[in-house]
Amino acid sequence: MNTLLWGALPYVAFALLVTGLVWRHRYDTFGWTTRSSEIYESRLLSLASPVFHYGILFVLAGHLLGLFVPASWTDAIGVDEHVYHLFSLIGGTLAGLLAITGIALLVYRRRTNAPVLLATTRNDKFMYVLLVGEIAMGMYAKVTNSSFSSGYDYRTTIAPWARSLFTLDPRTDLMTGAPLTYRIHAVLGMILIAVVPYTRLVHMFSAPVQYLFRPYIVYRSRGPLTEQPRPRGWERLDA
Amino acid sequence: MRVLAQVAMVMNLDKCIGCHTCSVTCKQTWTNRSGMEYAWFNNVETRPGQGYPRRWQDQEKWRGGWRLNRRGRLTLRAGSRVARLANIFANPVLPGIKDYYEPWTYDYRNLVNAPLGEDYPVAEPRSLLTGKPMKIEWSANWDDDLGGSVEHGDADPLVVRARAQGEQAAEKVRAAFEQTFMFYLPRICEHCLNPSCVASCPSGAIYKREEDGIVLVDQDHCRGWRQCVTGCPYKKIYFNHRTGKAEKCTFCYPRIEVGLPTVCSETCVGRLRYLGVVLYDADAVTAAASVPEDRDLYEAQLGVFLDPEDPEVRRAAERDGVAHDWIEAARRSPVHALVSRYRVALPLHPEYRTMPMVWYIPPLSPVVEALTETGFDGEDAGNLFGAIDTLRIPVEYLAGLFTAGDPAPVRASLEKLAAMRAHMRAVNLGEAESGSPSEAADAVGMTGRGIEEMYRLLAVAKYEERYVIPTAAMGEARRLEESALPAECSLDHDGGPGMGGEGIGTGGPGPFGEDSGRRRLPLVSLENFHALRRRQTGDDEAQR
Ligand code: SF4
Ligand code: SF4
Repeated sequence: MNTLLWGALPYVAFALLVTGLVWRHRYDTFGWTTRSSEIYESRLLSLASPVFHYGILFVLAGHLLGLFVPASWTDAIGVDEHVYHLFSLIGGTLAGLLAITGIALLVYRRRTNAPVLLATTRNDKFMYVLLVGEIAMGMYAKVTNSSFSSGYDYRTTIAPWARSLFTLDPRTDLMTGAPLTYRIHAVLGMILIAVVPYTRLVHMFSAPVQYLFRPYIVYRSRGPLTEQPRPRGWERLDA
Repeated sequence: MRVLAQVAMVMNLDKCIGCHTCSVTCKQTWTNRSGMEYAWFNNVETRPGQGYPRRWQDQEKWRGGWRLNRRGRLTLRAGSRVARLANIFANPVLPGIKDYYEPWTYDYRNLVNAPLGEDYPVAEPRSLLTGKPMKIEWSANWDDDLGGSVEHGDADPLVVRARAQGEQAAEKVRAAFEQTFMFYLPRICEHCLNPSCVASCPSGAIYKREEDGIVLVDQDHCRGWRQCVTGCPYKKIYFNHRTGKAEKCTFCYPRIEVGLPTVCSETCVGRLRYLGVVLYDADAVTAAASVPEDRDLYEAQLGVFLDPEDPEVRRAAERDGVAHDWIEAARRSPVHALVSRYRVALPLHPEYRTMPMVWYIPPLSPVVEALTETGFDGEDAGNLFGAIDTLRIPVEYLAGLFTAGDPAPVRASLEKLAAMRAHMRAVNLGEAESGSPSEAADAVGMTGRGIEEMYRLLAVAKYEERYVIPTAAMGEARRLEESALPAECSLDHDGGPGMGGEGIGTGGPGPFGEDSGRRRLPLVSLENFHALRRRQTGDDEAQR
């Protein structure tokens, strides 16, 4: 079980993520969109959506910091465990609260606004449950395992495990000691990573940073006037 | 100098009867799908009026197009790139569906399924967004023909501006607008030279085609960030709320590529649309769009266009890869003639600084009408010139639409149209010789011949003169035809179904009767490009 969850699942999730992205890019670039519903309702969205997105971006930054920056590095710049813990507790909880409030408002909007509800697919509903569950679980794990004086130090267990994944030598033993809530959070997280390309969440991978660097006006050539190979499913019948 | 070609359009507003045929045929061709119910790539609005979407011209509110920043450089009115990205999670100035209208259908089933009863069954309107019964309160042309303009009169941003200017009594303005002034403004995407929709797309999915200047959205790369809807000051990008992608007028590029006019032009009842190639200097666009004064933008844009008669320009065009037949087409282009040679066509809202490429000949008819009503000869040049000036409100209103408020170019254009009427009347009544100068022509600085050529283009031009569209590649034209067709039309085949005989491939009547056996019936459309063109351009009934 241990090996399965902490040695195999991460790689499966990662493989699903990568293959999913490649598949989506090749066969469903047309479906790769935010599917925004702002045109139906914008008052609530204009508050909830930025709150959620900025919250979740902070959360993401926090996770990267916590998992992939070893404690020795922060020690080296003079940040000891207690200071780090306070920073992660307060900063992380605030970011998490932003994300949770945002998504709660967004779900409320989705439920109460008829056109938005009608535009919600089953895939979306599944994704929302997973996403809300994951964020809530993370908050719960953090808050129940911490107080201001001390807290669970995941940087001695979860973080080294996460880093060991990259050396293809997963130290599954480290995870057995982690509190149950953290472990559930991690499993849910891996599932979430695996399903991203198959849901609307895929839009996170098209964050348009290149916009900052390109010229304003884009010219493109029509290209040579040869008949393009037809995409699968659109071949001529030649009746 | 970098010469590029652009397929552009001119509309002669005098002739628009507001029949909406263009809108409907465009819709049937491009947007009759779910998610695009509210999208009108071509719409016709009554002026004065709010337009579609409501009050789209109010850029204080919608923040479309460009403005000059403190250093005099062009920047998007909606904000810098960083600001756009920071706002990407919720676009603060996106028109909602209510600014367009809530699309609906009718519950027709009720007409047949309703139980027998006292009342006549009705088909109730149902919202296409929620599926619930709804009250229809607004749509794309709710204020058509000034309908409800007493209620909504103040909603036209240009009327508001015209009233604020000077000390005219509000009542007089209102009467003038309602009684003597109303015209239609058909609008499509302007396929701008400096398109702000392209500039505001974070994904880089919107692009301008190098060959013909058509602005398109790459559906595979659009990620639904909705910034272009805000960026376009003409509000001609629509967000497909089912697919989550932006869509816009395509200038019917598949038709243009094979030399056919756009659907809106093809079907226009008033035959008021002109299509043709314009050559322009791509390197000069940004500078021209950044002139400090809004009123100079019209002249600045004229300065970007190149004269295809100039051998220097033609050489540069060849060098920059503009196809030879495109350069030739530019010389015959009706758009070039109306825009640069006669200078009667004007751009729509040049002050948005996008350098629009659908230009308009301002309507003279309200002036003529008003004059005739007062008992004067509405076609006499002297009277007309005077009237154009005294009817200051319409000219100011038109200037608000076409020249950033500068009445001079509008007046010049209207005077040329008036002179044309007077000159042609003189010629028709035998008072003047055709081709020779007349008083009216002199007054607007045109020669008799010039004015008659302009008259020809505006009044009698046939299909081939109104639409001068080089195909995407002359040499390759045949390959572009429907490739499933045999070299000749199968119906012309001796003994083919068209000849009333047996079908091809049956080898004559078989032993099991005519309908038996495997027939190779042509399953593809039987019309090819040449046949279509013959049918559509032939003046002779028999050719059709
Ligand atoms: S009018 Fe057309 S080309 Fe110009 S900004 Fe709008 S969508 Fe873009
Ligand atoms: S079809 Fe022609 S005449 Fe009719 S509304 Fe459209 S532009 Fe005007």
